[in-house]
Amino acid sequence: MFNKSILALALGTALAVTGIAKADDKIKIGVSYPTPTHAWAAGMNWHAEQAEKRLEALYPDIDLILVNSPDPASQASALEDMVSVNKIDALVVLPFESDPLTDPVLNVKKSGAFITVVDRGLSQEGIEDIYVAGNNPELGRVSAEYMSGRLKSGDNIVILRGIPTTIDNERFDAFMAGIEGTGINVLDHKHANWNRDDGFEVMQDFLSRFPDIDAVWAQDDDIAIGVVAALKQAGRDGDGMFVVGGAGMKETIKSIMEGNELQPIDVLYPPAMLATAMDVTVAAFKSNGPVAGRYILGATLIDQSNAAQFYFPDSPF
Amino acid sequence: MSETKTLESDQKKRLKLDLKAFGPALALLVLCIIGYSLNPAFLGEGNITNLLTRSAFIGIIAVGATFVITAGGIDLSVGSMAAVISGIMIIIMNNLIDTFGASLSTVLIGCVFSIILGLGAGWINGMLTTRGKIEAFIVTLGTMGIYRSLVTYFADGGTLSLSFELRDIYRPVYYESFAGLPIPVWVFMGVSIAGWVLLNRTAFGRYCTAIGSSESVAKYSAVNVDKIKTLTYVIQGFCVALATIIYVPRLGSASASTGVLWELEAIAAVIIGGTVLKGGYGRIGGTIFGALILTTIGNILNFTDLISNYLNGTMQGLIIIIAVWLQRADWSKKKK
Repeated sequence: MFNKSILALALGTALAVTGIAKADDKIKIGVSYPTPTHAWAAGMNWHAEQAEKRLEALYPDIDLILVNSPDPASQASALEDMVSVNKIDALVVLPFESDPLTDPVLNVKKSGAFITVVDRGLSQEGIEDIYVAGNNPELGRVSAEYMSGRLKSGDNIVILRGIPTTIDNERFDAFMAGIEGTGINVLDHKHANWNRDDGFEVMQDFLSRFPDIDAVWAQDDDIAIGVVAALKQAGRDGDGMFVVGGAGMKETIKSIMEGNELQPIDVLYPPAMLATAMDVTVAAFKSNGPVAGRYILGATLIDQSNAAQFYFPDSPF
Repeated sequence: MSETKTLESDQKKRLKLDLKAFGPALALLVLCIIGYSLNPAFLGEGNITNLLTRSAFIGIIAVGATFVITAGGIDLSVGSMAAVISGIMIIIMNNLIDTFGASLSTVLIGCVFSIILGLGAGWINGMLTTRGKIEAFIVTLGTMGIYRSLVTYFADGGTLSLSFELRDIYRPVYYESFAGLPIPVWVFMGVSIAGWVLLNRTAFGRYCTAIGSSESVAKYSAVNVDKIKTLTYVIQGFCVALATIIYVPRLGSASASTGVLWELEAIAAVIIGGTVLKGGYGRIGGTIFGALILTTIGNILNFTDLISNYLNGTMQGLIIIIAVWLQRADWSKKKK
């Protein structure tokens, strides 16, 4: 009993000492994001873990602490822990929701930490030093531009949308603005919820309803998988029919590399954006140039010529 | 005088009974007329086949749910169970390619595992409810969460995909037809007939109804309540496994979003069909129409742009409530 407590005391002291030593010579960067529940987020998680390994190997004095949380309340607690337990010097945060996390992030800032916000902005301006995000309207615009280039006036398309959210509206509105005046005819648009099964069923119904469809904007690679299966089932995957997805799923990218004609391109909504944010945040400590500001990542058009640079076979997405 | 009165009430009884029995069929007919008037392509051969095939998943699961609900239970885990069984099945088949190659036996072993998993999962739900004496709602709410997170874990948060070499062998199970009807529809029909016989023509079916109406009376009548109740969950698990076997070849993948809300759709199909949610009265025939009605609603909404996309859920909710109300409301009483 007595021995045990002495041992515990000794261990505790040892830990405390090393802890202090670490806190002194390492730059600690907390990375907080939602627990992945869908493939795109799982890809983001994978890229973040890769970035952690790469950056820590590159800079021995950088310590990245990755924590994912299943809901907004746990994320708020995780942020508190990062300040009180880990004593972080910087925070990279992809907020679960804007409103409930604005105050917790503000508290982290008050502790003196450098703040980088990813993808979902906070409800209050001026908190973050760096903002990194994908570009939803641009995804719609780039898709529209490609469609306009391949189709002629009077051609018919159908659109499969995501889950009814701001993200979906931004993409859709920009797409509609992009094809305005081209004479491309949108037969109908329905929500397929960024989901393969819904993509399959909605596309089956579009195919029964419209005998003449020239192209499909599926907006998302998961939906596109369902769309392609429905097209093949109905035998309507030929005659120059094509499907445009989005996001950058590895299977899609691979088939583009192999020259798939049914799905010849993809529009990137980068799953690696958290990794980008980590890079820029580390640069805030390491670079001699200024890094603060807003980084809006491009919605790159991926085709056979550049697909290889977006292909990560080990990522879950 | 009195004779005519009884005759009259007899006739009324029959009329009421008919509305109960044919209500779901009538509702489906009305939906089909609406669908056809919106767009004649609704009754095209392709669309009808799509509708029937799509109904097969929920329909098969709902046949199992009819037993569980008739015996006074509830199973909320079926959607997650379908997802996790699909996931494990895909993992097993992908790993068996090394041993058996991309062959029929690989697919068959996958299917056998699916059945075993379904039976096992159902048995766990049943044992926890009967032997564990925990309410079915809580048990299956628990297993629902467990199965859902397991599939997320197995898929590493992403999507599990069946190897492409296997897809060519397995694909016909969903896409091929036999005698003009797709294979999933045949499976659905087989399950429905077996379910009808089991519920209406066997001692087991009568025990389910008896337990559902009064568990204690059934117990005193020497019915082995625990065994029968557990069996209903095992049947449910078996149905989920069958649905999974025809679901996996469709897109060859499983993820955390597979089978989301299937449990509620299955329960809705059962109740629309005339089965009583608190147990004691079950109708397999109604359940089948219930499943068809649910799929048809979604199909019709895709066939029209009259209704805002954002209101799809409202339309579904309204039709479900109206369908059940038509069946339950006491029309003869109102007229008096």
